[in-house]
Amino acid sequence: MVTSDKIWSLLADVNDPEVPVLSVVDLGIIRDVLVTGEGIEIVLTPTYSGCPAMDLIRMNIRMTLLEHGFSDIKLTTVLSPAWTTDWMSERGKEKLKAYGIAPPLPSQQVCRPALFQREEAIECPHCHSYHTIRISEFGSTACKALYRCKDCGEPFDYFKCH
Amino acid sequence: MSFKAHTNEMLQDSGLPIYALHLADNSLVLGHRNSEWTGYGPILEQDIALSNIALDLIGQARYLYQYAARLMNKAAGGPAAGGAAAGGAVASGQREITEDSLAYGRDAWDFRNCLLVEQANGDWGKTILRQFLFSAWQLFFYEQLKRSRDSELAAIAEKSHKEVIYHLRWSSEWVIRLGDGTAESHSRMEKAMDELWQYTGELFSPADYERKLSPAGIAVDLAVIRPLWEERVQEVLMEAGLAGHRKDWMQTGGKQGRHTEQLGYLLAEMQFLQRAYPDCEW
Repeated sequence: MVTSDKIWSLLADVNDPEVPVLSVVDLGIIRDVLVTGEGIEIVLTPTYSGCPAMDLIRMNIRMTLLEHGFSDIKLTTVLSPAWTTDWMSERGKEKLKAYGIAPPLPSQQVCRPALFQREEAIECPHCHSYHTIRISEFGSTACKALYRCKDCGEPFDYFKCH
Repeated sequence: MSFKAHTNEMLQDSGLPIYALHLADNSLVLGHRNSEWTGYGPILEQDIALSNIALDLIGQARYLYQYAARLMNKAAGGPAAGGAAAGGAVASGQREITEDSLAYGRDAWDFRNCLLVEQANGDWGKTILRQFLFSAWQLFFYEQLKRSRDSELAAIAEKSHKEVIYHLRWSSEWVIRLGDGTAESHSRMEKAMDELWQYTGELFSPADYERKLSPAGIAVDLAVIRPLWEERVQEVLMEAGLAGHRKDWMQTGGKQGRHTEQLGYLLAEMQFLQRAYPDCEW
């Protein structure tokens, strides 16, 4: 009988379509894998409510498992506890950085409602300078903010803490 | 039985499906309004910001519609126990209710959203102010709904609350920036306040379904969040120089399905494709 470890290792090859260097496991959205006599249940949680990648991610999970002969798959979505970037793996953060996206900081400062907060010091993923400035709190996807490095001049995405 | 008659019947006995619909309609209608700015924002970054907020709101609406649909199908004795993906007819010849049929298949008088969210965008300032007034409400509302005895609503609230923190901060900063900006931006914000303030009273005036559900700890007691909202809104308006006295008279009716003219135009555009080509997919 298949073990849940085997399923976890297959899921580690299913990538986020928006940030293709991250797997769904790196992202921390797989909350549980249950193997029972009746099949496999995968419990997942969305990053943001409106993330358009979620439907595609669910389909990709099904396709990957199907390719390995697992057809009895149930995907269950849970909303609570709500996803946080603290669930992203350290390996995932390293991969993000190598890909040119600044990984989320552990600090939860920007998750508070105080106005006109001091910007977090975000390291430029290209030249490693901290001399950076936020251009927009909302970036190319809901999970990212847009920054620019004042030293190398390059714009970059910051996977914001959530 | 027609879809509409079927829907109305489902709504009568328990307050819960209509409460979920009310919340879903709030989020969908505001999300759609914001999406009207996509491609037209004053600068690219803010266009993207508002589009992201629209996505969050529409995503929240989807969870709420899916939940409402499950409750309604279940009440009809259908296969809804299997969840939204169960598919198939509820009963012989009866169409299953889905998130899409609720969003695209109902007319204005079936919508239960507050009047505030359906108001036309106007200029950037009015759009921002509408978002601010509503996000401030949503922040405190979801904080309470997280403790709902209905675990499904509580989970949706927990997820949504985190997103609303961003929406409120972003819109608050813009209200201050514009209210306390140039003479032109200030006068536009004053005008927006005059137009929108009359729709804020409805946010705290409970509909019958809320009165039914709030003593049981399912719906939020709006009297609890009112002082919190007032304090937060006043704080920002003071800083924005927009805290002058407004008319006390408040327009209500949206939660009962009596809407302003604005909603009809919005639905005509949003629902056109599904009305012209029912069930089409792309």
